[in-house]
Amino acid sequence: MLHINNLHAGVEGKDILKGINLEVKAGEVHAIMGPNGSGKSTLASVIAGKEEFEMHKGAITLEGEDISELDPEERAHKGIFLSFQYPVEIPGVSVTNFIKTAINETRKAKGLEDMPAAEMLKMIKEKADMLEIDRKFLSRSLNEGFSGGEKKRNEIFQLAMMEPKLAILDETDSGLDIDALKVVANGVNKLRSQENAVVVITHYQRLLDYIVPDFVHVLMDGKIVKSGGKELAYELEEKGYDWIKEEVNA
Amino acid sequence: MSLKDKLLSSYLAFEDNLEQDSPIHDLRNEAIKIFESKGFPSKKEEAWKYTSLNALLKSDYSVFPKQLERSIEFKEVKKYFLHDLDTYKIVFVDGVYSSFLSETTHDKLDVCLMSSALNKAKYKPVVEAYFNKAAKQESLTALNTAFAKEGAYIHIPKHKEVEKPIEIINFSTGNEAAVFLQPRNLIVVGENAHVQIIERHQSLSENEVLTNCVTEIFAEKRAHVDYYKIQNNVATASLIDTTYISQERDSDCNVHTFSFGGKLTRNNLNFYQEGEHCNSTLKGITILEDNQHVDHNTLVHHIAPNCESHQDYKGIFGDASTGVFNGRVIVEKDAQKTDAFQQNNNILIDDKATINAKPQLEIFADDVKCSHGCTIGQLDEEAMFYMRSRGIGKKEARALLMYAFANNVLESVKIPELKRRINKLIANKIGVSLGFEI
Repeated sequence: MLHINNLHAGVEGKDILKGINLEVKAGEVHAIMGPNGSGKSTLASVIAGKEEFEMHKGAITLEGEDISELDPEERAHKGIFLSFQYPVEIPGVSVTNFIKTAINETRKAKGLEDMPAAEMLKMIKEKADMLEIDRKFLSRSLNEGFSGGEKKRNEIFQLAMMEPKLAILDETDSGLDIDALKVVANGVNKLRSQENAVVVITHYQRLLDYIVPDFVHVLMDGKIVKSGGKELAYELEEKGYDWIKEEVNA
Repeated sequence: MSLKDKLLSSYLAFEDNLEQDSPIHDLRNEAIKIFESKGFPSKKEEAWKYTSLNALLKSDYSVFPKQLERSIEFKEVKKYFLHDLDTYKIVFVDGVYSSFLSETTHDKLDVCLMSSALNKAKYKPVVEAYFNKAAKQESLTALNTAFAKEGAYIHIPKHKEVEKPIEIINFSTGNEAAVFLQPRNLIVVGENAHVQIIERHQSLSENEVLTNCVTEIFAEKRAHVDYYKIQNNVATASLIDTTYISQERDSDCNVHTFSFGGKLTRNNLNFYQEGEHCNSTLKGITILEDNQHVDHNTLVHHIAPNCESHQDYKGIFGDASTGVFNGRVIVEKDAQKTDAFQQNNNILIDDKATINAKPQLEIFADDVKCSHGCTIGQLDEEAMFYMRSRGIGKKEARALLMYAFANNVLESVKIPELKRRINKLIANKIGVSLGFEI
């Protein structure tokens, strides 16, 4: 589904990502772990098309189609969803109205009519219930005055509504207590299918107890230096990142 | 002949036609002298540093415009009214009252005309007590006073809650190439009375219009006034709008100014808190494009103790438009426990757009809470990326951000139908239609 080949990207001509290779197939969950400043969030942003970053080399394809020149909204229309580490507050625009706009803009791009109001309402209700989101919450201004946990839950709610092919979760576990973490992880698991894929970016192994990855990759200094199965996450949790550094340097 | 000379010579003819025993006869004569000596304001004056009238004053205005031979049909101008709502209406066409488009009343309150107030004996005590009493001797106000003839006259007796909003609309038809209009409004709101007023100036052609409007509002004890100014005129219309609000104790006055249209707009909004425990709210949303210019010149004069004032102005400036915010707060020595807050946030969308923001706090009391904040920035890139990553196109994302930015000013609009209209105006101005109303 997602194919990243020798990706070099950064700002002002300087590489932050220094040759990333990654292949994510439909039905798979990949975890990307790594110390602070290793380039995890940059990778997420580059896949989603953030204009601040330039791609210097390499290719990103989604289902065989080169997406590296597309605008962020075009990538969203093709089925990429990035759950933000720090979701932005938008006063005066309710959660419901925002998601309606997002869905209908996406449908419009695909040449579809707006989703009928009744269908939209039903879907909103289903997904909100799944994530244990209070109905009152949906009429609040997007992310304004939300707690860390509410923001993340709202991100997963939008993910559930948008039904993307590729979901990238950027530090979704930060700021969540264990109960909220379980609800969020449960929501993501329910959305998993053989047609979609998930990339989980995280510092800690904690979230991976609930969203179990098929592959774990370690990102260091802009490169994937080690890949393995879910047991690699436990090893990192136990031993930290230093042993990998030594391994790489040796 | 310069506009000033033209006005001075017109005054002689104008005065000759008026009744000499008018209660404001002497006031007019004093006022024209003030205008004669001060003339039109120039950029040399501190308060006019960023707004030049020079280009506007070059046109050959008709000072007493000829009347259109036909009358304006309601359907032609319906869209400028809150037509889904039952309202009182005081409507002028080229400076002359249109009974046909208006809906006035004398039933328990007066919603009528300045010309009636100035000419009828029964209004004489009110005119003598209030007319020109809040206004200051500024040259443009004096010019308006000298020629004061028509406008809205609203008198709400005490304890009266006016059940429907009052619309004051000044149309200009473009019957002549360029016209100069000077409406004069007097609004007296009695003790514990409530009123909502919407004011609008609207040109119906592309011919030039310059309006020098003066409004005096008196809020007695515990009176409550909500005033909305909709400035969405055509690109050939300019407005100098001066409002003086005198507040007695426990009164609450709120003015919202929505500036989306017009060539040059200057708002002089002056509040005087004469009694304790007054509240004054001044809010505005300005969205400009092309070469439009809007100058907000506000004054809150805290004279009595224990009063509050809140100012919140948001501006979005595109193309080569220019904005000015000059917010002055004076806290007198006796005005202890004043709580004065001022906020002015601006977004510049294009490189050529300009904003000049100048907060001015003059505090002579020692036990007060005064704060001000001013920001000038661009649309938040991170927020743009957030919305675009959810499939929302660049243009729509920009529009949503602008809504979000201006939102808290709209929140305090108390007439839902008006709020809906303003939302629509904003959406039109930004050039998008969103699938919902905020």
